[in-house]
Amino acid sequence: MAHGPAKGIGRWLFTTNHKDIGTLYLWFSFAMFLLGGTFAMVIRAELFQPGMQLIKPEFFNQMTTMHGLVMVFGAIMPAFVGLANWLIPMMIGAPDMALPRMNNLSFWILPFGFSLLASTLFMEGGGPNFGWTFYAPLSTTYAPSTVNYFIFGMHIIGASSIMGSINIIATVLNMRAPGMTLMKMPMFVWTWLITAFLLIAVMPVLAGAVTMMLMDINFGTSFFDAAGGGDPVLFQHVFWFFGHPEVYIIVLPAFGVISHIIPTFSRKPLFGYSSMVYATASIAFLSFIVWAHHMFLVGMPIGGELYFMYATMLIAVPTAAKVFNWISTMFRGSISYETPMLFAIAFVVLFTIGGFTGLMLAIAAADVQYHDSYFVVAHFHYVMVAGAVFSGTAAVYYWLPKWCGRMYNETMGKVQFWISFIGFNITFFPQHFLGLAGMPRRYADYALQFSDWNMISSIGAFIYGASQLLFIFNVIRTIRSGTPVSEPKTWEGAEGLEWTVATPAPYHTFATPPEVK
Amino acid sequence: MSTDSNYYVPESSRLPIFAATGMGVMAYGAGSWVQGGSAAFFLAGALIMAFTLYTWFSTVIKENMAGMNSDQLKRSYVWGMSWFIFSEVMFFACFFGALWYVRVLALPWLGGEGGHAESSLLWEGFKPEWPLMTTPDMVVNGDAARFKGPDENMSFPGWDKLFSWLPLWNTVVLLTSSVTVHMAHTALKNHNHTKFNGWLGLTVLLGGIFLVLQAEEYIHAYQHMGLTLESGIYGTTFFMLTGFHGAHVTMGTIMLLIQFLRGLKGHFTHDDAFGFEAASWYWHFVDVVWVGLFIFVYVLA
Repeated sequence: MAHGPAKGIGRWLFTTNHKDIGTLYLWFSFAMFLLGGTFAMVIRAELFQPGMQLIKPEFFNQMTTMHGLVMVFGAIMPAFVGLANWLIPMMIGAPDMALPRMNNLSFWILPFGFSLLASTLFMEGGGPNFGWTFYAPLSTTYAPSTVNYFIFGMHIIGASSIMGSINIIATVLNMRAPGMTLMKMPMFVWTWLITAFLLIAVMPVLAGAVTMMLMDINFGTSFFDAAGGGDPVLFQHVFWFFGHPEVYIIVLPAFGVISHIIPTFSRKPLFGYSSMVYATASIAFLSFIVWAHHMFLVGMPIGGELYFMYATMLIAVPTAAKVFNWISTMFRGSISYETPMLFAIAFVVLFTIGGFTGLMLAIAAADVQYHDSYFVVAHFHYVMVAGAVFSGTAAVYYWLPKWCGRMYNETMGKVQFWISFIGFNITFFPQHFLGLAGMPRRYADYALQFSDWNMISSIGAFIYGASQLLFIFNVIRTIRSGTPVSEPKTWEGAEGLEWTVATPAPYHTFATPPEVK
Repeated sequence: MSTDSNYYVPESSRLPIFAATGMGVMAYGAGSWVQGGSAAFFLAGALIMAFTLYTWFSTVIKENMAGMNSDQLKRSYVWGMSWFIFSEVMFFACFFGALWYVRVLALPWLGGEGGHAESSLLWEGFKPEWPLMTTPDMVVNGDAARFKGPDENMSFPGWDKLFSWLPLWNTVVLLTSSVTVHMAHTALKNHNHTKFNGWLGLTVLLGGIFLVLQAEEYIHAYQHMGLTLESGIYGTTFFMLTGFHGAHVTMGTIMLLIQFLRGLKGHFTHDDAFGFEAASWYWHFVDVVWVGLFIFVYVLA
């Protein structure tokens, strides 16, 4: 066994250490977050006023597409894989991930995949312009020729996800310390175990979808062409069979993070641990049988609409169980409001708003009005940004002292929280109004009556974007010159094996497994 | 749960970065190749990948033979292979699902069933059927159609022609190979290496025979039946499903062939033969997929 990190660039290229790989994932995802965020700023700058000011509509379409793809596959997913790498072995008392070399491969595929994807912006024909959901025939018959790079890029990014997930499942099922039964696992480990299962189940379906596109575009098949007997709607079914579990892939690990932070700062154990586990599993199961609620307007038979509507509404039950558990954990707790806790509470509030708008969208009859409008955009940004990104930010503040042995600047953290929180809501709350008033999503221009809310939304987006620079500044400042901390428990209320090892966490932890009682 | 007191964590390794590079170059190369560019990048990436995988597997085998693998690590490999096969199951499920959707829902709707779609405006006179011999394109555009249905299809030809029906023989070959690979496993467990080599060699041979038969079938389809990838949705689903299956049989045959060569070198013992076992699970998996294909692509058509 190696004893310490290697020197130079080789440490990062050849590493098999879960902490190194976790760090790589986290930095990569932050870089992608900035890239995707830049695309978002371009979008909001163009939408600041009606009419076309800065960019052409063709480029606007590439921006919305790349923003979605980069944020979903490049920023949020790798961020949680990074957290999983850092934390799961420490939380279950394992020395490393089960398959450390494959772990390195899972990460290093990503820079290749995303370079390929991003480079299409500079190629003839431009980047993907068919929306992050790449519906056929926009992504087949009418796609730019660079779509082939997009397809193969998605193939290797998918392979990376599958390998990462196999690794996580093998680690959790096989490497837990003696005495750590499944029902004693920390919630973050549970949520990731279930997430990894979802990933292995649906990433191959995404691979199937892009393969069908590839064949239709280049080899004369007719999966999505009614002329040959295929059906463009088939694409949507295949895509959303992947796509709906995908949103839970993104948010379940976020649930896990929140289930650690709220108990710590409430100084109480998590309320209803086992119901949390069952709720997570139920959400995962339901996520496979609700996909067509994204497709209420494609002309499904009424029976199908009703089924997908009711099945979708069922998801509210386990999700509500989670929200009530978090609130019950806080109830009569001895709460303090450090930065991670602020983000966690904001998560609960804002995610719940996003959940409720989801319920509105689930009503098939009402969705006729909401469909493909800014209401949908507002809805999924409440769950993706206030859900996944806020919890990822909370996780970084929460575990950063354990990772680097230095404390972040609390005041700066709180300031960043409030700017983020306010900026986020200024950006996305008005989009509910825009959507209800009839503004369609993915349009480069809009009618004059939408001007005011769009301008406010853009101002909010610039505020939110700027707050991320404060975040990265705080993190880098902490790593370079933060106040050193050395006690194993950074937070007095924190529980779990990761808080029993030295601070900063040594390069190798748990060479011999700890005993869990 | 862990029962071991010591773990094996490999030293840092150059293998993964080479593999990632290989995949990246392959992805770029494939993208430019399919749109008419040169195949050079794709082939270069594939070469890097092949070389890396060869080295990687050799390393893993050497580590195991040097006794470096704990029982726990061996279990991790077992989990790894099992979940990989599950991901493959989902990949095929995607294409089977597409076939089901087209046959059961999309085509009847395209023909106007249930009044779900006003398809008569675009595809006047289209009659849904399966196998789809007359595409909507042909109904409207006649000889100018881009998607022309096949002249013949691969469906069950009737009991009188049963024994000259190639898919039946393919089924026999592949199911037999599942039995022979199981016999090889039993022989290995009984410490009988001669029988192990024999049964495994036979399995590889059957895999090869299957591939030859499938190549025959494809050549026949293209040359005599007018059935190609471009023959509308029937040709599309037929070739994509059987083609991906064939690709997996090819993979499985290569995997088993490597295990056969390793067996000749005496790599396996009755209780330590993960490479062989993993390949045999994969083989059983492609067999099960074939049974699904035989039923849903050939028989029930």
